[in-house]
Amino acid sequence: ESLKEDGRPKWDNKFQYILSCIGFAVGLGNVWRFPYLCQIHGGGAFLIPYFIALIFEGIPLLHLELALGQRLRKGSIGAWNTISPYLGGVGVSSWMVSVLVSLYYNTVLTWVMWYFINSFQEPLPWSVCPLNENRTGLNEECYESTAVNYFWYRKTLNITPDVTENGTLQWWLVLCLAACWGIVYLCTIRGIETTGKAIYVTAIFPYLVLTIFLIHGLTLPGATEGLAYLFTPNLNILKNPRVWLDAATQIFFSLSLAFGGLIAFSSYNPPKNDCEKDAVTVAIVNCMTSLYASIPIFSVLGFKATTGYWDCLDRNIISIINKFDLPEQSIMRQNYTTWIRLLNSSHPEKIAELKLKSCDLQEFLDQSASGTGLAFIVFTQAVILMPGSQAWAILFFIMLFSLGLSSMFGNIEGVFTPLLELRIISKSTPKELISGIICLISFLIALCFTLGSGSYWIEIFDSYAASFPLLVIAFFEVIGVAYVYKVKRFSKDVKWMTGRKPNLYWQISWKFISPLLLLIVFVAFVTLQVQKPPSYAAWNPKYVHFPMKEEKVYPPWVLAICMLLAVLPCIFVPLVALLHLIKRMLGSKN
Amino acid sequence: VLLIAFSVVAVAHAEVCKPDAQNAFKVRLSIKTALGDNAYAWDANEEYLFKAMVAFAMRRYSSKNTTQISNVLLCNVTDRVSFWFVVTDSTKNVTTVPGSEVEAAIRMNRNRINSAFLLNDKTLQFLKISSTLSPPVEPSIPVWLIVFGVVLCVTVAGIVFLLVSGIQRRKKKNKESSETENLEEKCEVTVTIENGIPCETLDLKAGHINGVCAADDERFTSL
Repeated sequence: ESLKEDGRPKWDNKFQYILSCIGFAVGLGNVWRFPYLCQIHGGGAFLIPYFIALIFEGIPLLHLELALGQRLRKGSIGAWNTISPYLGGVGVSSWMVSVLVSLYYNTVLTWVMWYFINSFQEPLPWSVCPLNENRTGLNEECYESTAVNYFWYRKTLNITPDVTENGTLQWWLVLCLAACWGIVYLCTIRGIETTGKAIYVTAIFPYLVLTIFLIHGLTLPGATEGLAYLFTPNLNILKNPRVWLDAATQIFFSLSLAFGGLIAFSSYNPPKNDCEKDAVTVAIVNCMTSLYASIPIFSVLGFKATTGYWDCLDRNIISIINKFDLPEQSIMRQNYTTWIRLLNSSHPEKIAELKLKSCDLQEFLDQSASGTGLAFIVFTQAVILMPGSQAWAILFFIMLFSLGLSSMFGNIEGVFTPLLELRIISKSTPKELISGIICLISFLIALCFTLGSGSYWIEIFDSYAASFPLLVIAFFEVIGVAYVYKVKRFSKDVKWMTGRKPNLYWQISWKFISPLLLLIVFVAFVTLQVQKPPSYAAWNPKYVHFPMKEEKVYPPWVLAICMLLAVLPCIFVPLVALLHLIKRMLGSKN
Repeated sequence: VLLIAFSVVAVAHAEVCKPDAQNAFKVRLSIKTALGDNAYAWDANEEYLFKAMVAFAMRRYSSKNTTQISNVLLCNVTDRVSFWFVVTDSTKNVTTVPGSEVEAAIRMNRNRINSAFLLNDKTLQFLKISSTLSPPVEPSIPVWLIVFGVVLCVTVAGIVFLLVSGIQRRKKKNKESSETENLEEKCEVTVTIENGIPCETLDLKAGHINGVCAADDERFTSL
C-alpha cells in the first residue's frame, strides 16, 4: 500500500487521479441528458448558455473543490470543519447527499445490467411480443404499446400503476442489484487503492465504445438527418429563460459538484499539485465528452426516425397496392407522392377508405427522450434495426455500466472518506470491513427500489434529493470559502500549491459571479418547481388512453417524503452552526 | 352442341368463382418481395401448381380421394398477383365445398403449400385464413441467468481474492512491525511535529509556511 508520511493513502500517479475525477464527472447524464437538452433547446444554440455557465459557474466551483480537498487533505466533513466549525454542516450535507444518491444510482445500474445480460439472446427479448395465454394472438399490453415498452415496463420493472401501490420485490432485479453492489464492493474495497486500478477500465472503455458507435452511426442511413436536427441552431430560443436555467443546472450536475467526492479525491493528492490546471482539464473533458457522445446518439436517433418514416411509407404503399391490385414494387418510396396524387384524383373514395397515415419525417425526429426513456426504449428500438443487434446492445450497455460505475466510485468515496476520518471508527478497523458494511447497508436499503413502484421512487429521489440540496450546498461552499475563509487566504493556499497566484478571473468568480449565479439558479429552480403541483407519469395498462402515460399527482404523504429528501441534507448547514454556537456559549460560561 | 355445353360449364364456373362468392377465398402472393431477383413470373403453370396443391390439401384433409385438380377454380387473376379460388364438389352438382372445410385443409397443409412456392405465411396470404402462431422457443435455462451466473462468479472470486490478499498482507505487516519496532523509535513518521504543535494546524493558524514543515520528505532517510 502506498502511504504518504502522514498515513494517508495516495494515488499511484497523477493520471489515475485525473481519470478518477473525469470518470466521476462523466456519467450517464452526459449520454442521456445533454443530447436531449441540445435537441429541445435549439440545437447548436444551446452551446452558448452552456459554455457561459461552464466558464462562470462550473470551472470556478470545480477549482474551488479540488483546491480545498488538496490543501486540507481531508474528506468533506473534516475539510469544512477545518474551514470553520460553523460551516461543518456543509460537509455533513454533502455526505448525506452522497449517501442518498449512492442508494438509487446503483439501482439504475441494476437496470443497465439486466438489459446487458438479456442482450445475449437471439432474437433480442425486447424485439418480439410474447404470445398471450391461449396462444391466439400477442399479449395485449404488448400489442397496444410496443414490444420495447412492454419489455421495459413489464418484464424489467413490473411497474405498478400507482406510486402508492408497492407491488412485490422483483427477484430478477434483486439478483442484479446484489451483483451490482458486489461489483461496487469489489472496486471500492480498499478505497482509492482499488478504485484507482478499476478506473483505468471504467473511465477509458466508454470512449472506445462511443468511438465505435460514432463510426457505425455515421454509416447508418438517416444519420445526417439526425445530426442536422440536433445541431441546427435556433438562436431565438435564447430568449427563453428556461434554456439558461437548464444550461446552468446541467453544467452543475454534470460536473458532480457539491457531492464531496471531488474533495475526497483531491485530498489524496500530494499537496504541491497544480489543481488549477486539473480543474480546467476535467471541466473541458467533461464538456467535450458530452458533445462527443451526442454525435453517435443522434446519428442513431436519426437512423431510427428515418427507418420509422420508411416503415410508415412502406405500410401505406402495401395498402395501396393491395387495394388497387397493382403489381408489386410499382410504387416505390420515391414516387409515392406522385402516385398518391394520381390515385386521389381518380379514385378518392377508395383512398379515403384506406385511412392512410400521414408520414412525416419531422414528426419521427421530434420523438425525443431523455434519461431512462432514451436508453431503454428509444435506443433499444434503434438497436433492433441494426444488423448484428446483439453486439451493439452488449456494447451499449457495457458502456452505460462503465459510465455509471465510475460515477459510483466518486459517490462511494464521498461517503467513505469522511467516515474514515470521523473518530467514531477506530484506526485499526480494516478498510475492507467498513466498505463492506457500507455496501451491505446500501444494498438492503436499495431493495425498496426493486419493488413494483421502485422506478417512481427513483424519479422522486432524482428530482428532490439530487437537485435542490446540491444547489444549496454549492452556494454555501462558495460563500464559505469566499467570505468566511476569505479569498485572499485561499489564494495564498492555492499559490503555495500551484506556484502561482490565481488571477483576477478566479478571484472575481469566487467572490461575486458564482455566488450570484448560484443564487439566481436556485431561486429560478425553486420558482419553477412550486409553480405546478408535482406530478408523475404512471404506466397504467387500464388507462383509457393507454399507451399514453397517465398523469397523476403525488399523494400528500409522498409529497412529505419529497420535501424531507430536499430539506434534510440542507438542514444540517444551520443545524451544525447552531450546535457549535451552543457549544461555544456553554464552553465560555464555564 | 359441344360449344354450348362448354359455355354452359364456363358460365356455371363463372358463377361459382367470383370475388366475394360463397366459400371463395382470395389469395395474394408477393413473389418479388420474397425472392427479389430470383422471382419467377406468375403464369398458367404456376396456377396449375396452385390448383394441384389445393387439391392435395383437400385430399389429405378429408382422406377421400375425390378432389381433382379440375375441382379447383381460379378467377380474377390480377397483376398484383392476387386471385380468388373456390373448390367444387364433383359428387354434387357444381356446388362448392364449404369454406370451413377448405380453411381447415389449407391450415393443416400450409407449410407444404408455402414451400411449393418458396414463400412463407406473409408472402403467400390466404385472406380470411389466419395462420397459427408458432410458440416461442424457450430454452430450459434462460440465457440471461447463465450470463448473470458468470458475472456473479467473477465478482465473488475477485472479492475473495482481494480479501484474502488483504488479510495476508496485514499478517505480514504485523510480523514485520513487531520485529523492527525497536529500531524505529527514533524516526517518528506519523505526524510532523514542530515545537510540539502539529504542522497542519500551524499552517492554518499562522497563515504562512516556514520551510521546516514543508520539506518533510527530504528530512527523513528512506526506510
